[in-house]
Amino acid sequence: MSTNTNKINDFVIRFANVNGTGSASANFLFTKAIFRMGIPVTPKNIFPSNIQGLPTWYEVRVSEKGYLGRREGIDFMVAVNPQSMLKDVKSVRAGGYFLYDSSKNLHPEYIREDINYIGIPLMHMCNEAYSDARQRQLFKNIIYVGALSALFNIEFNVLEDLLAEQFKGKEKLIPANVKALKLGMDYIYANYDYPLEFRVERRDLIKDKILMEGNAACGLGAVYAGATVAAWYPITPSTSVVEAFMDYADEFRVDEATGKRNVAIVQAEDELAAIGMAIGANWNGARSFTATSGPGVSLMNEFLGLAYFAEIPTVLVDVQRAGPSTGMPTRTQQSDIMEAAYASHGDTKHVLLFPSTPKECFDCMLDAFDLSEQLQTPIIVMTDLDLGMNDHVSDPLVFDDKREYKRGKVLDAEALEKIERFGRYLDVDKDGIPYRTLPGTHPTKGSYFTRGTSRDEYAVYTEDSAAYERNMERLLLKWETAKDMVPAPQIYQEKNQSKNGILFFGTSQYAAEEAMDLLKEENILVDAIRLKSFPFNKQVEDFINSHDKVFVIEQNRDAQLRSLLMIELDADPKKLISVLNFDGMPITADAIINKLKQNF
Amino acid sequence: MTYVRPKFRHPELQKNKLGYTVDYYEGALSTLCAGCGHDSISASIIQSAYEMNIEPHKLAKLSGIGCSSKTPAYFLSNSHGFNSVHGRMPSVATGANLANRDLIYFGVSGDGDSASIGMGQFVHVIRRNLNMTYIVMNNGCYGLTKGQDSATADQGSKNKSGNVNPFDSIDLASLAIELGASFVAQSFSGDKSQLVPLIKAAMNHPGFAFINVISPCVTFNNNVGSTKSYDYVREHIEATSTIDFVPQMQEINVDYGQGSKKHVTMHDGSLIELRKLSDDWDPLDRQSAMNAIMNSKSKNEILTGLLYMNQDVKDLHHTLNTTDKPLNTLTKKELCPGSEMLKGINAGLR
Repeated sequence: MSTNTNKINDFVIRFANVNGTGSASANFLFTKAIFRMGIPVTPKNIFPSNIQGLPTWYEVRVSEKGYLGRREGIDFMVAVNPQSMLKDVKSVRAGGYFLYDSSKNLHPEYIREDINYIGIPLMHMCNEAYSDARQRQLFKNIIYVGALSALFNIEFNVLEDLLAEQFKGKEKLIPANVKALKLGMDYIYANYDYPLEFRVERRDLIKDKILMEGNAACGLGAVYAGATVAAWYPITPSTSVVEAFMDYADEFRVDEATGKRNVAIVQAEDELAAIGMAIGANWNGARSFTATSGPGVSLMNEFLGLAYFAEIPTVLVDVQRAGPSTGMPTRTQQSDIMEAAYASHGDTKHVLLFPSTPKECFDCMLDAFDLSEQLQTPIIVMTDLDLGMNDHVSDPLVFDDKREYKRGKVLDAEALEKIERFGRYLDVDKDGIPYRTLPGTHPTKGSYFTRGTSRDEYAVYTEDSAAYERNMERLLLKWETAKDMVPAPQIYQEKNQSKNGILFFGTSQYAAEEAMDLLKEENILVDAIRLKSFPFNKQVEDFINSHDKVFVIEQNRDAQLRSLLMIELDADPKKLISVLNFDGMPITADAIINKLKQNF
Repeated sequence: MTYVRPKFRHPELQKNKLGYTVDYYEGALSTLCAGCGHDSISASIIQSAYEMNIEPHKLAKLSGIGCSSKTPAYFLSNSHGFNSVHGRMPSVATGANLANRDLIYFGVSGDGDSASIGMGQFVHVIRRNLNMTYIVMNNGCYGLTKGQDSATADQGSKNKSGNVNPFDSIDLASLAIELGASFVAQSFSGDKSQLVPLIKAAMNHPGFAFINVISPCVTFNNNVGSTKSYDYVREHIEATSTIDFVPQMQEINVDYGQGSKKHVTMHDGSLIELRKLSDDWDPLDRQSAMNAIMNSKSKNEILTGLLYMNQDVKDLHHTLNTTDKPLNTLTKKELCPGSEMLKGINAGLR
């Protein structure tokens, strides 16, 4: 476990709340204030699959060094949920702090000698200051944020600014909130020493970065990518992808003159219909997508096979959660890798993209729509609950106005006039990618029958073995073509400096980069590669070949990416050492370092 | 099945308004069994498209899986077709329609495809009132897997192996009416004079138009004791009326004097002309349509013809308030908010 000598801008605080009591916005206020003070911060929602009543936690890591992964060990616990209080007391590090509602006396079993207690009579203060029951509940949260601002030395004007922004247009609500903040602050001023040794100091480390959830970035990316049809079925943790798309579409896709919408969004009856609609729209020339999580991908397998075999563009966002089956719906994992890579029966392979940050979620959506139309195949954007539903400090989103949509090989009426006979599955360019046409293009040329059955180059049904084989081989050639089109991996060193390499993707990036940094302090160097896509290109193969040991870091039980490397690159299993984390919580640098040190 | 299409065509085949003869609307040779009801329905579809002066490339034909779902290959070869997956045609049609509202969408399904595996999608596409024609070629059995009962097989009906179906059947027409379908008809593959005007009216209907066509399976369900055999259907068929479809552009000259005739005006001024109306049935009244179906059923009759139509229909595009321009024609200029807007979004996230 990493040790803290310096406690300024370096600590973990956890909020233990009751689900559905309005704690989320108060806790976010705390996070955002630290972010505004220029300090790297990373919040994680640890929430139940429940609407109201069950325990929910919100954990915030503050890191001057910019470590944005999770870290074990809680320095400060805000314990306002009696249900989980015993567990919460036990999870505080020795020397840490435990803030609780002292309206009632703390039961002796909650008392530890090695931690500090900060009691605030939150309930009494609320009952005194507010008459309305809901207000009493809501402002309890704001009062403890006020107390924390005194304890951690959070600048008060930053909190005031944030409240003003939050309640823009509803300014009436501001004074009551400010009052609650002050109640909390004043109580600390009157009763405790402040600030604590754990505290924040303004820095300029955030620069132009943003604080955003990956799902929102995916939704916005789809708007920028020109998606016009979205079909979806609600499922945690992907729901907010399409909800963000809806919100941004309300802003950007309503024609001012007519009030009509340049977008169609349908909540389907299930995931099967959702991807069916996306495929139908893409077949007909509109950019369309759906978003789901593992159970949805299971249901979409049949259609993914159709889109692969019939060569129809489609974009699918898979916000992974802990499986199998219903699994832990509100916990994170990277456990759909194999399912997505080879979704559906028969010989199929699918292009996967692995974003790590909200900015990359945005970029991946732009790439996914281009790639799906260029390659005429499904593209699956593999995010996870951690990236999708937690706020992340990210580089700002960028769109190059010169970037055009790459619509792939689509023949228009003029092009059709010039060719004698259109063959939907003819490999004209010898890259495995045929030309397609859209319905309604030409009266006599270009029509064809799209089907999931075998067919010849002219889309005519056939059970001829040779024609079937030719088609399957061409799909493999297309797969080879894809390798140079998908985003290349990030290589961390100019040239190799170690016999050991680490390989990771998606949200493992945060912990992996921190681990590298911490090892460097001990003069242990490792090379590193971050995968951004599947199929793997030559760089991935070269990285594995040029190291004695490659530690494959992933967040699932079965080392799914390692299997994929073995299957697709014929990589030697003996040199691929798994670093696995599958408890549903984001992987930590400590976990990676421990595993590495055991195997160096 | 036929192996070779005869080259002979009548030298004076009539041309429609677009200058096409009826053979222009044909498709590939059918691979279904000789005498299959589905081939007769395909012929009616060809005839309807020809008579409606439809540009084949402005129509998209979609289907699921099964014998019926093969038929789109056998008509309108100049239309794009999509033979999707079992029971999922409605979702593909929904996406396609949302992408381009300017085409005609023609869906073909079967009783297995719609009443069993695809029941979920069938009911939801009706609920959304997608603007499409949806034909179920209903033979009460699974042909491609050699004759198992389907969910539309009548209780007590005997299949080729002599087994009697113990389950009640799903009545797709009354289900469609119940779910709010805005055009519901029933017909028989062997009655082209009724089926052609029904298909024409369905294609002209600006919402979800459903036609359940009893279409006997000559190989697996045409035996004595089957309620979907040619003989049984012919003996038990009862029409609500005879029907004719009069397109909007045609000069209308009808005699309104006879009490047995009713005209239903469609959204664009086209007329559906119904003769020999029964007294207790009004095609514009949902309840009376349901009653008519129930009454026929109790008499072991198969009621055919137009059963119900709602002229005041709002399709899915109307509900979603989508732009009049097909979504698949919109360009980056209309769709992408651009980098300046993104700067504002970034600022809001700091």
